[in-house]
Amino acid sequence: MDAGIEIQLIAALTAAGCAIPGSFLVLRRMSMTADSITHTILLGIVLAFFVTNDLSSPFLIIGAALTGPVTVWLTELIVKTRLLSEDSATGIVFPLLFSIAVILITRYAGSAHLDTDSVLLGELAFAPFDRMIIFGTDIGAKGVYLSGGLLLLNILLTVLFFKELKIVSFDPVIAAVMGFSPTLINYGLMTMASLTAVGAFEAVGSVLVTAFMTAPPAAAYLLTHDLKKLLIISCSIGGASGILGYNTAMLLDVSIAGCMAVWTGLFFMAAFVYSVVRKKRGAAAKC
Amino acid sequence: MNIFELLCDHTVLVVVFGSALLGMVSGLLGTFSVLRRQSLLGDGVSHAALPGVAAAFLLTGTKDSGTLLLGALLSGLTAAGLIFSSVKKSKVKFDAALATVMSSFFGLGTVLLTCAQKLPNATQAGLHSFIYGQASSMLERDALVTIICGGAILAVVLLLWKEIKVFVFDRDFALQLGIPCGRINLILSFLTVLGVIIGIQTVGVVLMSAMLIAPAAAARQWCDKLWLMAALSALFGGISGAAGAFAGALAPGIPTGPSIVIAASALAVFSLLFAPKRGVLYRIYLRHKAMKKEESYGCGN
Repeated sequence: MDAGIEIQLIAALTAAGCAIPGSFLVLRRMSMTADSITHTILLGIVLAFFVTNDLSSPFLIIGAALTGPVTVWLTELIVKTRLLSEDSATGIVFPLLFSIAVILITRYAGSAHLDTDSVLLGELAFAPFDRMIIFGTDIGAKGVYLSGGLLLLNILLTVLFFKELKIVSFDPVIAAVMGFSPTLINYGLMTMASLTAVGAFEAVGSVLVTAFMTAPPAAAYLLTHDLKKLLIISCSIGGASGILGYNTAMLLDVSIAGCMAVWTGLFFMAAFVYSVVRKKRGAAAKC
Repeated sequence: MNIFELLCDHTVLVVVFGSALLGMVSGLLGTFSVLRRQSLLGDGVSHAALPGVAAAFLLTGTKDSGTLLLGALLSGLTAAGLIFSSVKKSKVKFDAALATVMSSFFGLGTVLLTCAQKLPNATQAGLHSFIYGQASSMLERDALVTIICGGAILAVVLLLWKEIKVFVFDRDFALQLGIPCGRINLILSFLTVLGVIIGIQTVGVVLMSAMLIAPAAAARQWCDKLWLMAALSALFGGISGAAGAFAGALAPGIPTGPSIVIAASALAVFSLLFAPKRGVLYRIYLRHKAMKKEESYGCGN
Protein backbone atom coordinates (compact mmCIF):
# COMPACT_ATOMS: atom_id res chain seq x y z
CA MET A 1 0.00 0.00 0.00
CA ASP A 2 1.14 3.51 -0.74
CA ALA A 3 2.45 5.36 2.33
CA GLY A 4 0.19 8.34 1.67
CA ILE A 5 -2.93 6.19 1.54
CA GLU A 6 -1.85 4.38 4.69
CA ILE A 7 -1.43 7.67 6.54
CA GLN A 8 -4.85 8.86 5.38
CA LEU A 9 -6.36 5.58 6.48
CA ILE A 10 -4.75 5.84 9.92
CA ALA A 11 -5.80 9.48 10.22
CA ALA A 12 -9.41 8.82 9.26
CA LEU A 13 -9.75 5.69 11.42
CA THR A 14 -8.17 7.39 14.43
CA ALA A 15 -10.35 10.47 14.13
CA ALA A 16 -13.51 8.39 13.69
CA GLY A 17 -12.57 6.22 16.66
CA CYS A 18 -12.05 9.27 18.87
CA ALA A 19 -15.41 10.73 17.87
CA ILE A 20 -17.37 7.88 19.49
CA PRO A 21 -16.33 8.22 23.14
CA GLY A 22 -16.07 11.96 22.44
CA SER A 23 -19.77 12.14 21.54
CA PHE A 24 -20.77 10.82 24.93
CA LEU A 25 -18.33 13.13 26.70
CA VAL A 26 -19.72 16.16 24.87
CA LEU A 27 -23.30 15.12 25.61
CA ARG A 28 -22.46 14.74 29.29
CA ARG A 29 -20.74 18.13 29.39
CA MET A 30 -17.44 16.48 30.13
CA SER A 31 -15.46 17.73 27.13
CA MET A 32 -12.73 19.08 29.36
CA THR A 33 -12.39 15.60 30.85
CA ALA A 34 -11.21 14.53 27.40
CA ASP A 35 -8.57 17.26 27.59
CA SER A 36 -7.63 16.15 31.08
CA ILE A 37 -7.34 12.45 30.18
CA THR A 38 -5.28 13.10 27.08
CA HIS A 39 -2.75 14.93 29.22
CA THR A 40 -2.57 12.48 32.09
CA ILE A 41 -2.04 9.40 29.92
CA LEU A 42 1.49 10.74 29.61
CA LEU A 43 2.06 9.86 33.27
CA GLY A 44 0.63 6.39 32.69
CA ILE A 45 2.92 5.88 29.73
CA VAL A 46 5.97 7.07 31.67
CA LEU A 47 5.24 4.93 34.74
CA ALA A 48 4.52 1.86 32.63
CA PHE A 49 7.69 2.56 30.68
CA PHE A 50 9.73 2.50 33.90
CA VAL A 51 8.29 -0.90 34.72
CA THR A 52 8.58 -2.51 31.30
CA ASN A 53 11.49 -0.54 29.80
CA ASP A 54 10.01 -1.19 26.41
CA LEU A 55 8.07 1.39 24.41
CA SER A 56 6.21 -1.16 22.27
CA SER A 57 5.08 -3.32 25.16
CA PRO A 58 1.31 -3.90 25.43
CA PHE A 59 1.59 -3.20 29.17
CA LEU A 60 2.40 0.37 28.23
CA ILE A 61 -1.00 0.72 26.62
CA ILE A 62 -2.72 -0.95 29.55
CA GLY A 63 -0.90 1.28 32.05
CA ALA A 64 -1.75 4.36 30.07
CA ALA A 65 -5.37 3.30 29.61
CA LEU A 66 -5.74 2.93 33.39
CA THR A 67 -4.71 6.55 33.96
CA GLY A 68 -7.96 7.79 32.42
CA PRO A 69 -10.23 6.31 35.09
CA VAL A 70 -7.66 7.21 37.77
CA THR A 71 -7.73 10.85 36.67
CA VAL A 72 -11.52 10.91 36.75
CA TRP A 73 -11.52 9.19 40.13
CA LEU A 74 -9.08 11.74 41.61
CA THR A 75 -11.13 14.62 40.20
CA GLU A 76 -14.33 13.20 41.62
CA LEU A 77 -12.61 12.65 44.96
CA ILE A 78 -11.97 16.39 45.17
CA VAL A 79 -15.44 17.30 43.91
CA LYS A 80 -17.03 15.02 46.50
CA THR A 81 -15.47 17.03 49.36
CA ARG A 82 -17.54 19.90 47.97
CA LEU A 83 -14.65 22.23 48.60
CA LEU A 84 -14.10 22.93 44.91
CA SER A 85 -16.26 22.97 41.81
CA GLU A 86 -15.72 20.38 39.10
CA ASP A 87 -13.86 22.65 36.71
CA SER A 88 -11.37 23.71 39.38
CA ALA A 89 -10.83 20.10 40.43
CA THR A 90 -10.14 19.12 36.81
CA GLY A 91 -7.81 22.07 36.46
CA ILE A 92 -5.78 20.99 39.48
CA VAL A 93 -5.55 17.25 38.84
CA PHE A 94 -4.39 17.10 35.25
CA PRO A 95 -1.66 19.77 35.31
CA LEU A 96 -0.26 18.14 38.46
CA LEU A 97 -0.10 14.65 36.93
CA PHE A 98 1.23 16.06 33.66
CA SER A 99 3.95 18.03 35.48
CA ILE A 100 5.04 14.93 37.36
CA ALA A 101 5.26 13.09 34.05
CA VAL A 102 7.32 15.85 32.39
CA ILE A 103 9.75 15.96 35.32
CA LEU A 104 10.11 12.17 35.34
CA ILE A 105 10.83 12.17 31.62
CA THR A 106 13.43 14.92 31.73
CA ARG A 107 15.12 13.43 34.80
CA TYR A 108 15.15 9.73 34.10
CA ALA A 109 14.08 8.88 30.59
CA GLY A 110 16.09 11.47 28.68
CA SER A 111 18.13 8.89 26.84
CA ALA A 112 15.23 6.64 25.95
CA HIS A 113 13.09 7.21 22.90
CA LEU A 114 10.42 8.96 24.90
CA ASP A 115 10.12 12.70 24.85
CA THR A 116 7.32 15.09 25.65
CA ASP A 117 7.23 16.45 22.12
CA SER A 118 6.26 13.17 20.55
CA VAL A 119 3.53 12.68 23.13
CA LEU A 120 2.16 16.19 22.93
CA LEU A 121 2.40 16.68 19.18
CA GLY A 122 2.73 13.20 17.66
CA GLU A 123 4.09 12.45 14.23
CA LEU A 124 1.82 10.83 11.70
CA ALA A 125 4.33 10.99 8.87
CA PHE A 126 6.44 8.24 10.49
CA ALA A 127 3.52 5.86 11.02
CA PRO A 128 3.99 3.86 7.77
CA PHE A 129 7.56 2.92 8.83
CA ASP A 130 6.21 0.82 11.66
CA ARG A 131 5.15 -2.35 9.85
CA MET A 132 2.91 -5.17 10.99
CA ILE A 133 4.66 -8.42 10.18
CA ILE A 134 2.95 -11.77 10.63
CA PHE A 135 4.79 -15.01 9.71
CA GLY A 136 7.41 -12.98 7.91
CA THR A 137 4.95 -11.23 5.59
CA ASP A 138 4.39 -7.53 5.64
CA ILE A 139 0.63 -6.94 5.87
CA GLY A 140 0.61 -3.17 6.20
CA ALA A 141 1.38 -0.46 8.72
CA LYS A 142 0.82 -1.25 12.38
CA GLY A 143 -1.04 2.01 12.84
CA VAL A 144 -3.78 0.93 10.44
CA TYR A 145 -4.51 -2.16 12.53
CA LEU A 146 -4.25 -0.29 15.82
CA SER A 147 -6.58 2.56 14.80
CA GLY A 148 -8.92 0.21 12.96
CA GLY A 149 -9.07 -2.13 15.93
CA LEU A 150 -9.84 0.71 18.30
CA LEU A 151 -12.59 2.00 16.01
CA LEU A 152 -14.13 -1.48 15.81
CA LEU A 153 -13.91 -1.90 19.57
CA ASN A 154 -15.58 1.47 20.09
CA ILE A 155 -18.36 0.62 17.63
CA LEU A 156 -18.85 -2.82 19.20
CA LEU A 157 -19.09 -1.46 22.75
CA THR A 158 -21.41 1.34 21.68
CA VAL A 159 -23.74 -1.09 19.90
CA LEU A 160 -23.69 -3.51 22.86
CA PHE A 161 -24.29 -0.87 25.52
CA PHE A 162 -26.20 1.67 23.44
CA LYS A 163 -29.26 1.69 25.70
CA GLU A 164 -27.18 2.06 28.86
CA LEU A 165 -24.96 4.79 27.45
CA LYS A 166 -27.95 6.67 26.13
CA ILE A 167 -29.93 6.68 29.33
CA VAL A 168 -26.93 7.45 31.53
CA SER A 169 -25.92 10.33 29.25
CA PHE A 170 -29.31 11.97 29.17
CA ASP A 171 -30.75 11.19 32.57
CA PRO A 172 -28.42 9.64 35.15
CA VAL A 173 -31.08 9.77 37.88
CA ILE A 174 -33.60 7.74 35.87
CA ALA A 175 -30.76 5.38 34.92
CA ALA A 176 -29.92 4.80 38.58
CA VAL A 177 -33.60 4.26 39.45
CA MET A 178 -33.90 1.70 36.65
CA GLY A 179 -30.94 -0.20 37.96
CA PHE A 180 -28.19 0.83 35.52
CA SER A 181 -25.20 1.92 37.51
CA PRO A 182 -24.17 5.38 36.23
CA THR A 183 -20.83 4.98 38.05
CA LEU A 184 -20.00 1.73 36.28
CA ILE A 185 -20.97 3.07 32.85
CA ASN A 186 -19.09 6.26 33.64
CA TYR A 187 -15.84 4.51 34.43
CA GLY A 188 -16.30 2.15 31.48
CA LEU A 189 -16.64 5.15 29.21
CA MET A 190 -13.56 6.78 30.74
CA THR A 191 -11.54 3.61 30.20
CA MET A 192 -12.65 3.53 26.57
CA ALA A 193 -11.85 7.20 26.10
CA SER A 194 -8.42 6.79 27.58
CA LEU A 195 -7.70 3.60 25.61
CA THR A 196 -8.69 5.40 22.42
CA ALA A 197 -6.56 8.38 23.39
CA VAL A 198 -3.53 6.14 23.99
CA GLY A 199 -4.03 4.51 20.61
CA ALA A 200 -4.33 7.90 18.96
CA PHE A 201 -1.64 9.89 20.76
CA GLU A 202 1.20 8.19 18.93
CA ALA A 203 -0.25 9.34 15.65
CA VAL A 204 -1.60 12.76 16.43
CA GLY A 205 -0.35 13.78 19.89
CA SER A 206 -2.38 14.29 23.02
CA VAL A 207 -3.62 17.86 22.57
CA LEU A 208 -4.99 17.09 19.14
CA VAL A 209 -6.75 13.97 20.41
CA THR A 210 -8.88 16.48 22.32
CA ALA A 211 -9.77 18.09 18.99
CA PHE A 212 -10.92 14.76 17.54
CA MET A 213 -12.85 13.87 20.66
CA THR A 214 -14.74 17.13 21.05
CA ALA A 215 -14.92 19.08 17.78
CA PRO A 216 -16.77 16.56 15.55
CA PRO A 217 -19.37 15.72 18.23
CA ALA A 218 -19.81 19.42 19.05
CA ALA A 219 -20.45 20.11 15.37
CA ALA A 220 -22.81 17.14 15.07
CA TYR A 221 -24.63 18.28 18.21
CA LEU A 222 -25.59 21.45 16.35
CA LEU A 223 -26.93 19.51 13.38
CA THR A 224 -29.09 16.78 14.88
CA HIS A 225 -31.20 15.80 17.87
CA ASP A 226 -30.84 12.06 17.37
CA LEU A 227 -28.09 10.17 19.22
CA LYS A 228 -27.53 7.63 16.44
CA LYS A 229 -27.28 10.36 13.82
CA LEU A 230 -24.99 12.32 16.13
CA LEU A 231 -22.61 9.37 16.35
CA ILE A 232 -22.63 8.79 12.60
CA ILE A 233 -22.17 12.48 11.74
CA SER A 234 -19.31 12.82 14.26
CA CYS A 235 -17.50 9.81 12.85
CA SER A 236 -17.94 11.11 9.32
CA ILE A 237 -16.67 14.58 10.24
CA GLY A 238 -13.72 12.96 12.01
CA GLY A 239 -12.89 10.75 9.03
CA ALA A 240 -13.28 13.62 6.57
CA SER A 241 -11.02 15.85 8.69
CA GLY A 242 -8.40 13.11 8.69
CA ILE A 243 -8.33 12.85 4.89
CA LEU A 244 -8.68 16.59 4.22
CA GLY A 245 -6.05 17.33 6.87
CA TYR A 246 -3.54 14.98 5.29
CA ASN A 247 -4.00 16.45 1.83
CA THR A 248 -3.81 20.04 3.08
CA ALA A 249 -0.67 19.20 5.01
CA MET A 250 0.93 17.63 1.95
CA LEU A 251 -0.02 20.65 -0.15
CA LEU A 252 1.49 23.15 2.28
CA ASP A 253 4.21 20.84 3.67
CA VAL A 254 3.24 21.34 7.31
CA SER A 255 2.20 19.24 10.34
CA ILE A 256 -0.41 16.62 9.40
CA ALA A 257 -1.98 16.34 12.85
CA GLY A 258 -2.19 20.12 13.12
CA CYS A 259 -4.02 20.37 9.81
CA MET A 260 -6.44 17.64 10.86
CA ALA A 261 -7.26 19.56 14.04
CA VAL A 262 -7.76 22.77 12.06
CA TRP A 263 -10.22 20.93 9.78
CA THR A 264 -12.24 19.66 12.74
CA GLY A 265 -12.39 23.26 13.96
CA LEU A 266 -13.52 24.45 10.53
CA PHE A 267 -16.28 21.80 10.48
CA PHE A 268 -17.40 23.05 13.88
CA MET A 269 -17.45 26.66 12.67
CA ALA A 270 -19.43 25.64 9.59
CA ALA A 271 -21.97 23.79 11.73
CA PHE A 272 -22.16 26.79 14.03
CA VAL A 273 -22.80 29.25 11.21
CA TYR A 274 -25.36 26.87 9.71
CA SER A 275 -27.23 26.57 13.00
CA VAL A 276 -27.25 30.35 13.53
CA VAL A 277 -28.56 30.95 9.98
CA ARG A 278 -31.20 28.23 10.40
CA LYS A 279 -32.31 29.75 13.67
CA LYS A 280 -32.63 33.20 12.10
CA ARG A 281 -34.59 31.79 9.17
CA GLY A 282 -36.84 29.92 11.56
CA ALA A 283 -37.47 33.11 13.49
CA ALA A 284 -38.16 35.01 10.27
CA ALA A 285 -40.55 32.32 9.04
CA LYS A 286 -42.55 32.54 12.26
CA CYS A 287 -43.06 36.29 11.79
CA MET B 1 26.35 25.77 43.58
CA ASN B 2 25.04 26.05 47.10
CA ILE B 3 21.93 27.96 48.07
CA PHE B 4 23.83 30.99 49.29
CA GLU B 5 25.65 31.44 46.01
CA LEU B 6 22.36 31.08 44.16
CA LEU B 7 20.85 33.89 46.18
CA CYS B 8 23.63 36.21 45.07
CA ASP B 9 23.44 35.23 41.41
CA HIS B 10 21.85 37.99 39.39
CA THR B 11 20.33 35.79 36.65
CA VAL B 12 18.81 33.44 39.18
CA LEU B 13 17.39 36.36 41.13
CA VAL B 14 15.74 37.77 38.01
CA VAL B 15 14.19 34.39 37.21
CA VAL B 16 12.95 33.84 40.78
CA PHE B 17 11.60 37.37 41.04
CA GLY B 18 9.92 37.17 37.64
CA SER B 19 8.33 33.78 38.35
CA ALA B 20 7.10 34.96 41.74
CA LEU B 21 5.56 38.02 40.12
CA LEU B 22 3.84 35.93 37.46
CA GLY B 23 2.55 33.62 40.17
CA MET B 24 1.11 36.59 42.02
CA VAL B 25 -0.63 38.01 38.95
CA SER B 26 -2.16 34.68 37.96
CA GLY B 27 -3.11 33.98 41.59
CA LEU B 28 -5.01 37.26 41.74
CA LEU B 29 -6.82 36.65 38.45
CA GLY B 30 -7.45 33.01 39.29
CA THR B 31 -9.55 34.10 42.26
CA PHE B 32 -12.24 35.39 39.92
CA SER B 33 -11.95 32.51 37.45
CA VAL B 34 -12.42 29.94 40.21
CA LEU B 35 -15.31 31.77 41.84
CA ARG B 36 -17.05 32.20 38.48
CA ARG B 37 -16.51 28.50 37.72
CA GLN B 38 -14.69 29.35 34.53
CA SER B 39 -11.31 28.14 35.68
CA LEU B 40 -10.70 26.16 32.54
CA LEU B 41 -11.01 29.25 30.37
CA GLY B 42 -7.36 29.94 31.19
CA ASP B 43 -6.44 26.51 29.86
CA GLY B 44 -8.29 27.24 26.62
CA VAL B 45 -6.82 30.67 26.16
CA SER B 46 -3.27 29.53 26.81
CA HIS B 47 -3.51 26.75 24.22
CA ALA B 48 -5.14 29.16 21.80
CA ALA B 49 -2.24 31.59 22.15
CA LEU B 50 0.14 29.28 20.29
CA PRO B 51 -0.91 30.24 16.71
CA GLY B 52 -0.57 33.89 17.69
CA VAL B 53 3.00 33.37 18.86
CA ALA B 54 3.93 31.44 15.72
CA ALA B 55 2.15 33.89 13.39
CA ALA B 56 3.80 36.90 15.03
CA PHE B 57 7.16 35.24 14.50
CA LEU B 58 6.40 34.35 10.88
CA LEU B 59 5.19 37.86 10.07
CA THR B 60 7.87 39.89 11.82
CA GLY B 61 10.76 37.46 11.89
CA THR B 62 11.78 38.62 15.35
CA LYS B 63 11.73 36.66 18.57
CA ASP B 64 11.24 39.79 20.65
CA SER B 65 8.99 38.71 23.50
CA GLY B 66 6.85 41.85 23.26
CA THR B 67 5.89 41.13 19.64
CA LEU B 68 5.26 37.45 20.26
CA LEU B 69 3.12 38.19 23.30
CA LEU B 70 1.09 40.69 21.31
CA GLY B 71 0.38 37.96 18.76
CA ALA B 72 -0.50 35.60 21.58
CA LEU B 73 -2.83 38.19 23.08
CA LEU B 74 -4.64 38.68 19.78
CA SER B 75 -5.18 34.98 19.12
CA GLY B 76 -6.12 34.36 22.77
CA LEU B 77 -8.75 37.10 22.58
CA THR B 78 -10.05 35.77 19.25
CA ALA B 79 -10.42 32.31 20.79
CA ALA B 80 -12.19 33.68 23.87
CA GLY B 81 -14.51 35.67 21.60
CA LEU B 82 -15.30 32.58 19.51
CA ILE B 83 -15.98 30.50 22.62
CA PHE B 84 -18.33 33.04 24.19
CA SER B 85 -20.18 33.83 20.97
CA SER B 86 -20.72 30.18 20.06
CA VAL B 87 -22.11 29.50 23.55
CA LYS B 88 -24.35 32.55 23.33
CA LYS B 89 -25.66 32.01 19.81
CA SER B 90 -26.09 28.25 19.66
CA LYS B 91 -26.92 25.35 21.94
CA VAL B 92 -23.30 24.26 22.27
CA LYS B 93 -22.26 24.10 25.92
CA PHE B 94 -19.34 26.05 27.35
CA ASP B 95 -17.11 22.99 27.88
CA ALA B 96 -17.57 21.70 24.33
CA ALA B 97 -16.98 25.11 22.77
CA LEU B 98 -13.91 25.61 24.94
CA ALA B 99 -12.35 22.23 24.14
CA THR B 100 -13.12 22.53 20.42
CA VAL B 101 -11.82 26.05 19.92
CA MET B 102 -8.75 25.52 22.06
CA SER B 103 -7.64 22.28 20.44
CA SER B 104 -8.20 23.47 16.89
CA PHE B 105 -6.29 26.68 17.65
CA PHE B 106 -3.50 24.57 19.08
CA GLY B 107 -3.57 22.52 15.88
CA LEU B 108 -3.23 25.72 13.86
CA GLY B 109 -0.33 26.64 16.15
CA THR B 110 1.53 23.41 15.36
CA VAL B 111 0.89 23.97 11.66
CA LEU B 112 2.42 27.45 11.87
CA LEU B 113 5.32 26.14 13.97
CA THR B 114 6.16 23.62 11.26
CA CYS B 115 6.07 26.53 8.78
CA ALA B 116 8.51 28.42 11.00
CA GLN B 117 10.80 25.41 11.18
CA LYS B 118 11.25 25.49 7.43
CA LEU B 119 12.74 28.97 7.50
CA PRO B 120 16.40 28.88 6.46
CA ASN B 121 17.84 30.74 9.44
CA ALA B 122 17.83 29.05 12.84
CA THR B 123 16.10 31.88 14.66
CA GLN B 124 12.98 29.85 15.32
CA ALA B 125 14.82 27.63 17.81
CA GLY B 126 13.28 29.16 20.91
CA LEU B 127 9.65 29.04 19.80
CA HIS B 128 9.11 25.60 21.21
CA SER B 129 9.76 26.92 24.68
CA PHE B 130 6.29 28.48 24.54
CA ILE B 131 4.76 25.03 24.73
CA TYR B 132 6.49 24.04 27.95
CA GLY B 133 7.70 27.43 29.11
CA GLN B 134 11.21 28.33 29.98
CA ALA B 135 11.51 30.46 33.05
CA SER B 136 15.24 29.92 33.31
CA SER B 137 15.79 31.97 30.16
CA MET B 138 13.89 34.94 31.54
CA LEU B 139 15.67 38.26 31.10
CA GLU B 140 15.27 41.55 32.89
CA ARG B 141 13.19 42.83 29.96
CA ASP B 142 10.73 39.96 30.32
CA ALA B 143 10.46 40.69 34.03
CA LEU B 144 9.79 44.34 33.16
CA VAL B 145 6.94 43.35 30.81
CA THR B 146 5.51 41.31 33.66
CA ILE B 147 5.78 44.21 36.09
CA ILE B 148 4.01 46.60 33.71
CA CYS B 149 1.21 44.16 32.78
CA GLY B 150 0.85 42.98 36.37
CA GLY B 151 0.63 46.58 37.60
CA ALA B 152 -2.00 47.39 34.99
CA ILE B 153 -4.04 44.30 35.92
CA LEU B 154 -3.85 45.16 39.62
CA ALA B 155 -4.88 48.77 38.96
CA VAL B 156 -7.93 47.73 36.93
CA VAL B 157 -8.98 45.15 39.53
CA LEU B 158 -8.67 47.69 42.37
CA LEU B 159 -10.50 50.35 40.40
CA LEU B 160 -13.45 48.06 39.58
CA TRP B 161 -13.27 46.09 42.85
CA LYS B 162 -16.83 46.79 44.00
CA GLU B 163 -18.37 46.06 40.61
CA ILE B 164 -16.33 42.89 40.12
CA LYS B 165 -17.26 41.68 43.60
CA VAL B 166 -21.01 42.06 43.04
CA PHE B 167 -20.73 40.61 39.55
CA VAL B 168 -18.80 37.52 40.68
CA PHE B 169 -21.17 36.60 43.49
CA ASP B 170 -24.59 37.72 42.32
CA ARG B 171 -25.04 38.59 38.71
CA ASP B 172 -28.77 39.31 38.97
CA PHE B 173 -28.24 41.70 41.84
CA ALA B 174 -25.48 43.41 39.89
CA LEU B 175 -27.84 43.86 36.95
CA GLN B 176 -30.43 45.41 39.26
CA LEU B 177 -27.85 47.84 40.59
CA GLY B 178 -27.24 48.95 37.05
CA ILE B 179 -23.72 47.56 36.82
CA PRO B 180 -22.88 46.86 33.17
CA CYS B 181 -22.36 43.12 33.60
CA GLY B 182 -21.51 42.54 29.95
CA ARG B 183 -18.70 45.03 30.16
CA ILE B 184 -17.39 43.72 33.50
CA ASN B 185 -17.41 40.20 32.06
CA LEU B 186 -15.49 41.45 29.04
CA ILE B 187 -12.93 43.27 31.20
CA LEU B 188 -12.43 40.26 33.49
CA SER B 189 -12.00 37.95 30.51
CA PHE B 190 -9.56 40.38 28.94
CA LEU B 191 -7.54 40.57 32.15
CA THR B 192 -7.47 36.77 32.40
CA VAL B 193 -6.26 36.47 28.81
CA LEU B 194 -3.57 39.09 29.50
CA GLY B 195 -2.47 37.31 32.68
CA VAL B 196 -2.34 33.97 30.90
CA ILE B 197 -0.33 35.41 28.02
CA ILE B 198 2.38 36.89 30.22
CA GLY B 199 2.50 33.67 32.20
CA ILE B 200 2.99 31.47 29.13
CA GLN B 201 6.69 32.24 28.81
CA THR B 202 7.31 30.82 32.27
CA VAL B 203 5.16 27.73 32.59
CA GLY B 204 4.14 27.16 28.98
CA VAL B 205 0.72 26.82 27.36
CA VAL B 206 -0.05 23.36 28.68
CA LEU B 207 0.41 24.09 32.35
CA MET B 208 -0.74 27.70 32.53
CA SER B 209 -4.23 26.77 33.73
CA ALA B 210 -2.81 25.33 36.95
CA MET B 211 -1.24 28.68 37.77
CA LEU B 212 -4.68 30.28 37.68
CA ILE B 213 -6.56 27.58 39.51
CA ALA B 214 -4.30 26.02 42.14
CA PRO B 215 -3.41 29.16 44.18
CA ALA B 216 -7.01 30.37 44.14
CA ALA B 217 -8.35 26.94 45.08
CA ALA B 218 -5.89 26.84 47.97
CA ALA B 219 -6.77 30.36 49.13
CA ARG B 220 -10.51 29.62 49.03
CA GLN B 221 -10.08 27.03 51.79
CA TRP B 222 -8.64 29.46 54.32
CA CYS B 223 -11.07 32.37 54.26
CA ASP B 224 -14.53 33.62 53.36
CA LYS B 225 -13.68 37.16 52.33
CA LEU B 226 -13.01 38.10 48.71
CA TRP B 227 -10.17 40.53 49.37
CA LEU B 228 -8.49 38.07 51.72
CA MET B 229 -8.89 35.27 49.18
CA ALA B 230 -7.42 37.41 46.40
CA ALA B 231 -4.47 38.45 48.59
CA LEU B 232 -3.82 34.91 49.81
CA SER B 233 -4.12 33.55 46.30
CA ALA B 234 -1.58 36.08 45.03
CA LEU B 235 0.70 35.15 47.93
CA PHE B 236 0.38 31.41 47.23
CA GLY B 237 1.00 32.03 43.54
CA GLY B 238 4.08 34.07 44.37
CA ILE B 239 5.44 31.45 46.76
CA SER B 240 4.98 28.63 44.26
CA GLY B 241 6.51 30.70 41.48
CA ALA B 242 9.60 31.44 43.56
CA ALA B 243 9.85 27.88 44.92
CA GLY B 244 9.55 26.31 41.47
CA ALA B 245 12.12 28.68 39.97
CA PHE B 246 14.49 27.87 42.84
CA ALA B 247 14.08 24.15 42.33
CA GLY B 248 14.87 24.65 38.66
CA ALA B 249 18.01 26.63 39.51
CA LEU B 250 19.18 24.17 42.19
CA ALA B 251 18.90 21.06 40.05
CA PRO B 252 19.58 21.98 36.41
CA GLY B 253 17.78 18.93 35.01
CA ILE B 254 14.43 19.92 36.46
CA PRO B 255 12.19 21.99 34.16
CA THR B 256 10.96 25.13 35.89
CA GLY B 257 7.36 25.24 34.63
CA PRO B 258 6.34 21.81 35.93
CA SER B 259 8.07 22.41 39.28
CA ILE B 260 6.12 25.66 39.74
CA VAL B 261 2.92 23.77 38.98
CA ILE B 262 3.81 21.01 41.42
CA ALA B 263 4.53 23.58 44.15
CA ALA B 264 1.19 25.30 43.53
CA SER B 265 -0.73 22.00 43.44
CA ALA B 266 0.97 20.83 46.65
CA LEU B 267 -0.23 24.02 48.34
CA ALA B 268 -3.74 23.37 47.04
CA VAL B 269 -3.80 19.75 48.23
CA PHE B 270 -2.41 20.78 51.62
CA SER B 271 -5.12 23.42 51.96
CA LEU B 272 -7.88 21.01 50.97
CA LEU B 273 -6.73 18.61 53.66
CA PHE B 274 -5.68 20.82 56.53
CA ALA B 275 -7.46 24.16 56.25
CA PRO B 276 -9.31 25.03 59.46
CA LYS B 277 -13.15 25.06 59.29
CA ARG B 278 -13.34 23.73 55.69
CA GLY B 279 -10.57 21.17 55.33
CA VAL B 280 -11.18 17.45 55.01
CA LEU B 281 -9.43 16.59 58.28
CA TYR B 282 -11.39 19.20 60.23
CA ARG B 283 -14.63 17.73 58.92
CA ILE B 284 -13.58 14.24 59.88
CA TYR B 285 -12.83 15.59 63.36
CA LEU B 286 -16.26 17.24 63.53
CA ARG B 287 -18.00 14.05 62.48
CA HIS B 288 -16.02 12.11 65.05
CA LYS B 289 -17.03 14.58 67.77
CA ALA B 290 -20.68 14.44 66.74
CA MET B 291 -20.65 10.64 66.86
CA LYS B 292 -19.11 10.67 70.32
CA LYS B 293 -21.78 13.08 71.50
CA GLU B 294 -24.47 10.81 70.12
CA GLU B 295 -22.90 7.83 71.84
CA SER B 296 -22.86 9.60 75.17
CA TYR B 297 -26.55 10.48 74.73
CA GLY B 298 -27.16 6.85 73.91
CA CYS B 299 -25.60 5.78 77.23
CA GLY B 300 -27.71 8.31 79.13
CA ASN B 301 -30.92 6.73 77.93
